[in-house]
Amino acid sequence: MDALTPYLEGFRALPKAPQHWLRALKEQSLQRAEARGFPGLRDEAWKYTSVAPLEKRSFKPASGTAKLDAAVLAAIAITGFKAHRAMFVNGRFDVTHSRLPTGVRAVPLDALGAALHNLPALPEIWQEDTFTDLNTALFQDGLLLELDEGARLDAPLELLHVSAPETVASSHHLRCIVRLGPDSLATLVERYVGLEGAKHLTNAVVQIDLAKRAQLTHVRLQEESTQGFHVGRVLVEQKEGSRYISHNLQLGGAWSRLDIYTRLAETGAHAELYGLYAVDKRQHIDNHTRIDHAACGTVSRELYRGILDGQGRAVFNGKVLVVPHAVKTDAEQANHNLILSRGAEIDTKPELEIYADDVKCSHGATIGQLDEDQLFYLRSRGLSVDTARNLLIAAFAEKLLGALPHPALAAHARGRLGTSITLPVQT
Amino acid sequence: MLVIKNLHARVESREILKGINLTVNAGEIHAVMGPNGSGKSTLAHILAGREGYEVTAGSVTYEGKDLLAMEPEERARAGVFLAFQYPVEIPGVNNVYLLKAAFNAIRKQRGEEELDAMDFLVLVKAKMQFMEMDPSFLNRAVNEGFSGGEKKRNEILQMLVLEPKLALLDETDSGLDIDALKVVAKGVNKLRDPKRAIVLVTHYQRLLDHVVPDKVHVLSGGRVVKSGGKELALELEKRGYDWLKDAVPA
Repeated sequence: MDALTPYLEGFRALPKAPQHWLRALKEQSLQRAEARGFPGLRDEAWKYTSVAPLEKRSFKPASGTAKLDAAVLAAIAITGFKAHRAMFVNGRFDVTHSRLPTGVRAVPLDALGAALHNLPALPEIWQEDTFTDLNTALFQDGLLLELDEGARLDAPLELLHVSAPETVASSHHLRCIVRLGPDSLATLVERYVGLEGAKHLTNAVVQIDLAKRAQLTHVRLQEESTQGFHVGRVLVEQKEGSRYISHNLQLGGAWSRLDIYTRLAETGAHAELYGLYAVDKRQHIDNHTRIDHAACGTVSRELYRGILDGQGRAVFNGKVLVVPHAVKTDAEQANHNLILSRGAEIDTKPELEIYADDVKCSHGATIGQLDEDQLFYLRSRGLSVDTARNLLIAAFAEKLLGALPHPALAAHARGRLGTSITLPVQT
Repeated sequence: MLVIKNLHARVESREILKGINLTVNAGEIHAVMGPNGSGKSTLAHILAGREGYEVTAGSVTYEGKDLLAMEPEERARAGVFLAFQYPVEIPGVNNVYLLKAAFNAIRKQRGEEELDAMDFLVLVKAKMQFMEMDPSFLNRAVNEGFSGGEKKRNEILQMLVLEPKLALLDETDSGLDIDALKVVAKGVNKLRDPKRAIVLVTHYQRLLDHVVPDKVHVLSGGRVVKSGGKELALELEKRGYDWLKDAVPA
């Protein structure tokens, strides 16, 4: 059986999109995915991440009948975090648990046409991606966050996607579109939680369009179940003077791959990409980022840190492209890794392609263990080995956790990370 | 309080300590002096429990217990403190967090209640003022970006907060200007107490102008080659170490 068969069969079982244009788009996307197949190790972008475990599991598109009860929701909610919420269960919108602010719409399939007009075109380099094609073909509901000129979201919007167990291994395809008008401002917290026992693939595509001087703070928390698979695509287009601040925390799942792509299309566009990943046991986490400096005077800052334990494996690939006319580009990138066990592995690759003169670009990657001198120093002050280790791990992560836009999110992430040490904020 | 008998130790195959004998009683301040490479810092490291040294013979007892059998954190909780020659920088961990964690670990060991955040802050701020340190130190990462003098001052601050029974100062005076030296000396003198012992490991006599020792020992070639009173330090200042190099072990 071909690895794509479960997805093709699933597509045929889904209700047809009511709009002709959408039906055609979905069918074309499926055909492209079918013709191309899943990426293999021969593809440069997949050199260190094998899709074989995902192919083997035959994730069937979800039935759409899973429901969540309030007790489960209460158990997974982030303590002390006040936000609007768009709730999805196994890829489908859950209206009863959602509280949407003005300017945000969750759009079920039968109303897609009116609300979405046409889906914005994918960036060219993403038109050759099988996971994105599968998402386009198979998504049933979409979230649309649109802010008018000068509008400000009064509280963060939490997009909470929960994967609950189904009778068979299931795939959940979610599409999210963010369009921020000139000078508008929003915080989006995209959160993926896998319930115990869920054997699933989440395949989420987020398209973001930032108009002049618009600002989006985008937190992404990957907390899939121990058997969960996760694929994410975040595709951003930035106009003049816009700011995109990304906090990408990959802390769960068995196998996960996330690509963040932002195009700094006009002068003064500014992007900050922060990421933290932690692997243990046999977890695999792959983060690919790409920043295109496509106009002069654009700025990017990138810091990713990884904590690797057990037999865990992680991949970091950070590409920065500066096109010929993008003079006065200012780009900094760093990736630091902390290896806690002999069996863990990290493959890190900064990739700079610079075709313009008069630019300021730097990058660096480090891989290290806990520092013996630091451990001894802490122990010599009376701290146990475990406390000293945890303190150093927490300090390593804190650079990213402390930068999260809400203290409740930071506290939640610390808990997920299991360091259980809250370091006071440094001034 | 501290009894070192015939201590031999090596790093890899190189023998560094070749039979150290030293007894330090409560209430005393001892200075351990000697030229570079005499084994002074090795002795301090072994007493604090640093890895990488192999004790091949001899014993160290602290309050009647086998000190060498204790983990570094057990030694700290039992009241042993080492002020490092080169305090390590720990980005991401701030001073107040480390101080409080260390303070409460030691109190817990003594069966005392942990101090709450406010009471602890009051205590630390008073000690910082005494050490002429800016309160902003508390929220800075441990030793990160500190000058040499600030690092040493920070070590003495930790010592004042933790109130050890046995304080070992490893070349705390090196690299200090005269003002910083005076502040460090003030901190050490503050700790002088009939129930406490202090061992100053130093190359130079100048700290001893400000902290007057009860006994002075000269280490050379891994042995104590001469012991005496505070006047021995002055003699070393005048004559250097060469005249003692071939001395018979004391």
